[in-house]
Amino acid sequence: MSKETTPLWEVFIRPRNGLAHRHCGSLHAADAEMALQAARDVYTRRGEGTSIWVVPSAQITASDPKDKDALFEPTAEKIYRHPTFYDIPDEVGHM
Amino acid sequence: MMKEELFELLLRLADDHLVLGHRISEWCGHAPTLEEDLALPNIALDLIGQARSLYTYAGEIEGKGRDEDHLAYLRLEREYRNLLLVERPNGDFAHTILRQLYFSVFMQAWWREAVASTDETLAAIAAKAVKESVYHVRHAAEWTIRLGDGTEESARRMAAAVDALYRYTGELFETDQVTDSLAAAGVAPDPASLKDEWDRTIAEIFAEARLELPDPRTWQQTGGRKGFHGEEMGYLLAELQYVQRAYPGLTW
Repeated sequence: MSKETTPLWEVFIRPRNGLAHRHCGSLHAADAEMALQAARDVYTRRGEGTSIWVVPSAQITASDPKDKDALFEPTAEKIYRHPTFYDIPDEVGHM
Repeated sequence: MMKEELFELLLRLADDHLVLGHRISEWCGHAPTLEEDLALPNIALDLIGQARSLYTYAGEIEGKGRDEDHLAYLRLEREYRNLLLVERPNGDFAHTILRQLYFSVFMQAWWREAVASTDETLAAIAAKAVKESVYHVRHAAEWTIRLGDGTEESARRMAAAVDALYRYTGELFETDQVTDSLAAAGVAPDPASLKDEWDRTIAEIFAEARLELPDPRTWQQTGGRKGFHGEEMGYLLAELQYVQRAYPGLTW
C-alpha cells in the first residue's frame, strides 16, 4: 500500500454540543469519501460528533515555529487590543 | 399458528446476522489497511448486536426458556436457518465486500419495510437496524466501485467474486409458508417484493464499478432456511461454539 494510493487526511469533528470543528487526528484513505467513512468509524463511534470535515494533509499550510516571536509576541503588551472590558449582553449568545 | 412462524422468522434473521458477523470478525487484524480493520469489526459489531436483539426476542416468543446464548451456542448446523450467502468463507477482500453488498442491500430494504411491522418489538428492532444497514450499504458500495473500477487486478478479483457469489442471492427472495403468512399479517415484508429494488440498486452500483452484471439465469443454490448448509458451516460453528461446548452452562 503506497503513500500515493492512500494519502494522509486530517480529521476535524464538531462535537455533539460543540460550536466549532476541532482537529482530532489523522488517517490514511484513498479519497475524500473513504476518508469520511473511516473518520466516522475511528473518531465518532461512541457518539462524539455531529459533523465531520476531512482535509488532505497536503492542503494544510502551517506556521513555522521559528516565526513564533514575530507572529505572536507583538500582541502581548498592547492591552488595548484585548477587548476584555466589555460586558456582552446575554442575547448575543456565544461569541 | 402465527407464534411459531414468527419464531422461525426471527431465528432465520438472527442466524443470518450472527453468522455474517462472525465471518467479518475473522478479518480482525487482517484487513488491507488499519482504517478498514476498524470499519469491518464495526460492521460485525452492528450485526452481532442485531443478532442479539433478534435471538432474545425469538426466545421470548418461543417461551421455552432459551435465551440468546442458548440459541447461538447450543444448536447444531442442521438447526441453523441462515442464508448460504452469509456463511460463505471470506475469501479475498473482494469476496467479503461483495457478500456484504448483496446482503446489506437486501437488509436495508427489508428493515425499512419492517419499521412498519404490526409487531411492535420487531418494528423497534428494525428502526434501530435500518440506520446501521444504510451505513453498511454505503461502505460496501464504495469499495465495490473502487475495486471494480480500480486496477486490472482488483477488477479481476471483483469479477471473480461476482461469479462465485451470485448463485447464493436467489435465497434472499425465497418465500414459503412462514414468509407468506407473516407478510399477509403485516408482521414482516414479503422478501420476493424486494427483488426489483435489489436488482436496481445492484445494477446501479455495478454500472459505476464497471462490473458486468451476472447472468440472471444462473443456477441458484438453496437450503439454508431448511438447515441444509455448505460444508464450511460445521467448521464455523465448531469454532464459534467451542468454549460453550467444553464448559457448558457457566456465567460469562
